[in-house]
Amino acid sequence: MNIGLSYDVVRFEEKALLHSINNLGHKPLPIHVVAREFWINEGNGLEADFIIQRCVSYNRAAATTAIFERSGHIVVNNTQVLRNSADKLITSCLLARKNVPTPVTAIAFNKETALNAAKKIGFPVVVKPVSGSWGRNIARAFDEQSLLDILELRENMPNPQMKVHYIQEHVDKPERDIRAFYVWGEVPVAIYRVSKNWKTNTALGGKAQPCPVTDELADLVIKAGDAVGGGVLGVDILESREKGLLVNEVNGVVEFRNTVLVTGYDLPTKIVEKSVEVLKR
Amino acid sequence: MPALSCPVCGASVEVPNDSLPGELFECGDCGAQLEYFIDEKNNSSLKVAEEVAEDWGQ
Repeated sequence: MNIGLSYDVVRFEEKALLHSINNLGHKPLPIHVVAREFWINEGNGLEADFIIQRCVSYNRAAATTAIFERSGHIVVNNTQVLRNSADKLITSCLLARKNVPTPVTAIAFNKETALNAAKKIGFPVVVKPVSGSWGRNIARAFDEQSLLDILELRENMPNPQMKVHYIQEHVDKPERDIRAFYVWGEVPVAIYRVSKNWKTNTALGGKAQPCPVTDELADLVIKAGDAVGGGVLGVDILESREKGLLVNEVNGVVEFRNTVLVTGYDLPTKIVEKSVEVLKR
Repeated sequence: MPALSCPVCGASVEVPNDSLPGELFECGDCGAQLEYFIDEKNNSSLKVAEEVAEDWGQ
C-alpha cells in the first residue's frame, strides 16, 4: 500500500513510522504540510491509500485532515476523532455519555458560577483550558481565593476559549498516571508517567516506566477509545485511591517515543500493521 | 553525512543523509534549534526552527 504521513516537525515518532511502513513492504509518502500548498476545489495529487496524521500543531492536523478527506483519502485519525480528542469538553461529554468513569467535571462561563461548581466538587480543583496539551495553562486551586485568582487571570486572557472554565475534581494519585495506547480496539502497551509534580506529563519531566496492561485497564481504554471514535489514540488514566481507574484525557495525535524506549515494544509497527489490516477491509 | 551551516552562528552542523525536511537539529556551538529545509531547486540548508506554539503537543 501507499501510506501517506502528514507532518510538520519530524520527531522520533515520524521517523519510526516511516521506518515501519518501509519494513512492512509498503511505500511511505512523507507529506511535509508546511512546505506545500493545498487546494480545496481540486485534488492535491496524493496517491495514498490512507494517510497517517502526525502534525504536532493541532490546527495544522485538523486543517490538513479535512483537506485530505475532501480529496477522498482516509486519514488516521479522521476529522471527527481529532476534534473529539482535542477538545476536553467534547471528550468529557462523549466519555460520560458512554458511562466511562472520569473525574467529576463541570463547565462554567463566569467566575461566580465557576466558584459555585468548585464548592460543590470540593477543593482542591483543577482548572483546564478546553484545548491544549503538555499540561499548559492547567492550574490547581486549593481554596476559593486561589480559584478566583486563577479565574481572573483566565478571564483577562485574549483567547475567548479561556472564558470557558473547565473545572475538575483533583484526583489524589500515587505520583504517577497511566498513558495507555488504543490501536483500533486493542491495547498493546501502556506506561506509567512518574513525577513528584502533580502534572505528570513527560513533556514536563515525568519519567516513563512500563505499566502492565491488565484486563481492567484494557477494558477501560477500549471503552474510552470507542467513545471518541476509535483509530489510534493515547488514553490518560488516573488511579484514584477511592474510585479506581478514571479516564483523564484522550489524545488524537499521540506521542510514543518514551513508551518505545522504556518498554521496547514496537508500537509504530503495530500502528501501521493494524491500520493496514483495518483499512484494507 | 553532509555538513550545513548554522544560520545563527555559522558553525558547521552535521546532518544525516536520511534527514527529512522539517527535521530538527541543535547547533553544537550556539545551541540554536534548527530545522532542515530543502528549497524548490533541491538545495538543502538549515533555518531557525519554529517556536513551540500553543496548539502543539498531545
